[in-house]
Amino acid sequence: MTTLTAPGASSQPTAPAPEAAAPKTSAAARVAAFTGHWAVRFALVVIGLFWLMPTAGLLSSSLRDPADVSISGWWNIFDLNGSFPWILNKDQLTTSNYDALFANDQVMSSLWTTVLITVPATVLVVVIGALAGYAFAWMDFPGRDWWFLVVVGLLVVPVQVALVPVAKLFNTLGIFETTAGVVLFHTAFGLPFAIFLLRNFFAEIPRELLEAARLDGAGEIRLFTRVVLPLGGPAIASLGIFQFLWVWNDMLVALIFADSTNPPITVALQQQMRQFGNNIDVLAPGAFISMLVPLAVFFAFQKQFVSGVMAGSVK
Amino acid sequence: MPTPSQPGSGATGDIPDDAGAPDAPVTGAATGTSSSTTDGATATAPKTASSTAQAAADAAPARTPAEQTSAERSGAGTAVGKGASALRRRPWIAALFLLPALVVLGALVVYPIAFSVFRSFMNADGSSFVGLDNFTELFTDDSTLIAFRNNLVWVIVAPAVCTALGLIFAVLTEKVRWGTAFKLLVFMPMAISMLASGIIFRLVYEQDPDRGVANAMWTTVHDTFAETSPWPDARPRTDAPLTISKGAYTTKDTVDAGSPAHLPLVGIPPKEAGDAAVAKKPAKAEGGQITGAVWLDFVKGGRSEHGVIDQQEKALAGIKVEAVKDGRKVAEATTGEDGTFTLPAAADGAKLRLPASNFAAPYNGIDWLGPTLVTPAIIGSYVWMWAGFAMVLIAAGLAGVPRELLEQARVDGCNEWKVFRKVTVPLLAPVLGVVTVTLMINVLKIFDLVYVIAPGATQREANVLALQLYLKSFGGSPDQGAGSAIAVVLLLLVVPVMILNIRRLRRESRR
Repeated sequence: MTTLTAPGASSQPTAPAPEAAAPKTSAAARVAAFTGHWAVRFALVVIGLFWLMPTAGLLSSSLRDPADVSISGWWNIFDLNGSFPWILNKDQLTTSNYDALFANDQVMSSLWTTVLITVPATVLVVVIGALAGYAFAWMDFPGRDWWFLVVVGLLVVPVQVALVPVAKLFNTLGIFETTAGVVLFHTAFGLPFAIFLLRNFFAEIPRELLEAARLDGAGEIRLFTRVVLPLGGPAIASLGIFQFLWVWNDMLVALIFADSTNPPITVALQQQMRQFGNNIDVLAPGAFISMLVPLAVFFAFQKQFVSGVMAGSVK
Repeated sequence: MPTPSQPGSGATGDIPDDAGAPDAPVTGAATGTSSSTTDGATATAPKTASSTAQAAADAAPARTPAEQTSAERSGAGTAVGKGASALRRRPWIAALFLLPALVVLGALVVYPIAFSVFRSFMNADGSSFVGLDNFTELFTDDSTLIAFRNNLVWVIVAPAVCTALGLIFAVLTEKVRWGTAFKLLVFMPMAISMLASGIIFRLVYEQDPDRGVANAMWTTVHDTFAETSPWPDARPRTDAPLTISKGAYTTKDTVDAGSPAHLPLVGIPPKEAGDAAVAKKPAKAEGGQITGAVWLDFVKGGRSEHGVIDQQEKALAGIKVEAVKDGRKVAEATTGEDGTFTLPAAADGAKLRLPASNFAAPYNGIDWLGPTLVTPAIIGSYVWMWAGFAMVLIAAGLAGVPRELLEQARVDGCNEWKVFRKVTVPLLAPVLGVVTVTLMINVLKIFDLVYVIAPGATQREANVLALQLYLKSFGGSPDQGAGSAIAVVLLLLVVPVMILNIRRLRRESRR
């Protein structure tokens, strides 16, 4: 904690009148600050490694022969008997698990199912949410504020409430255990947040811009596609990323509504969990592959993701 | 009353039938609670009213005839003072924009809520009305009660730990140049699925310390502080002069200073004893001391005499030897590298005991996913995923804390801990509140992690409401009445937050 006062920062202004202004920068205090400074750094490095370790374990396990995994820990990919900057134990590493995974039609088609669910569910939420968000921000209609309050109220409704009724409904409609059903469900539960986020963002668009476009004779649809959507880019990006990750990572909805013979990757891997231990050569690389897309999205769009998370801290 | 919803009801005549229907409940609500109507309506009023009059005046000459008629028809530009320019009153277009959202939300969110409530009063297959039976069953059914208890633990512990860690991380990283890299690392798990996290933590919590990293670390720490038994498998031969009780081996006869004690043991695979020194015959004792040796009375090939140190037999070092008189320990010693030990004269006439701690099975770590620890263990994996969320939100809040306040406190002689406690935390209180509430809602619905991590044997002990709902509704012998009752309970639990959100929104938009 002491590091928060960088020693330099507090000592500089005190230079002219050391005794009067800064009684705190005694030699002892500086030593304490200096030690604290490095203690914090050290603590952060340790915590960081600690946080990284579980993921490293998965990656390592996915790259080892299942026979090795069953008798020794993932850290054995490092040559622990060597001197400290451990080198990798080459004979512990193999890509054969991944080769087998890529040759496994079932896993590959599961990944494809995940894409087929995630992309439409994201696009639909963005489009429908933007339309409604625009209406809530810039159109006047009876009871507008009440409708919006209802949407805000729906933000926190747990998906669990809808599982039984929607399963029944989809059964009637004949889309139970289909990709379309999963997409619809995700769209519905992504919408309150989408409308909330986009309405708030669209409302910040300068009035003059809309005025000007209207004076030029633009209709609502032109206004929406040519002015509001382009200006809403950042919010739409945040929403899209958020929804994409949400749907990609979902398991519960897919568990119930997806086609059980060709489920998305989360459910496909979940079905393997019962034999956990014997099939680590499928589970570990499978889980890692399923993480790659979200991680790539996360690292590529950190800023948008963070702002989406901030906006969504009510969800 | 000059509220936007009022003139709207006058305009309903122009709205097509499909848009007219949604209007009805709203006006109903508006007349029902007149005071809150004003609140809700004024929410947007300041935003529009401030500049609209001006804007309307400026824009008026340029308006197209079509716009004028629409504006007049919808009642804009009347005494209400609603500008026609920015908020255009064309409800049928608004209806078109809203239609897809309303249909999807209505069919897949609002209707299911109503249906779930209805369904929770029906029996398992939905054929008859059972009143509150499903709810009373919830509070009497053992596995549901476990789920309730666990959910309570989750909701209290997980958000608190995440928020506390998030606060610590946010404060620590603030002044470190590579703080962003750290934050990225801690935040990263939020991007991956709970299933992937589940698999990751199944590996972490693997029981065998040779495979699971949690137990590998724990046993290392444990063995550093606790004594480890040197020869877990050693045992006496049946014909050896030792009796066995409660894992300890005691000599049948008492020892005396004159003759060295021989304590032969077997049962250790020669491979394990391979590095041990060759046993040495104990020396004749001096000055009334007792001497003796503990050794592995066995060599490969087996031509050794029982009870005699011969044939390069291996010494058993590090074994604790106690001298016991009338059940009381009078002296103790530990065997050296060559297997010999020396006891003080006080041990004369005592029996020698090799306590069980010498032979205890090696410490095997913690049963993380066993019945008692499975819930805390899964909460640990949740904290790994969500502490980053708390950290990022709190760090954003921290950036908004005025530096001068902190500096002032320091000049006033507060140390950093005091500044943190008396200035930073109180200033961050609203953020901490939002983070905690958000996490609570999130935790309330926890499903994937529990379903994936808890092994079949302890799933019952790890049960939570969302999992119980799933198992009841879609598991073997489904009872969707009971499942719906759990859904209703979950919904009721989030209602306070729902109200909180709505009130916050109205307060914010009134500003």
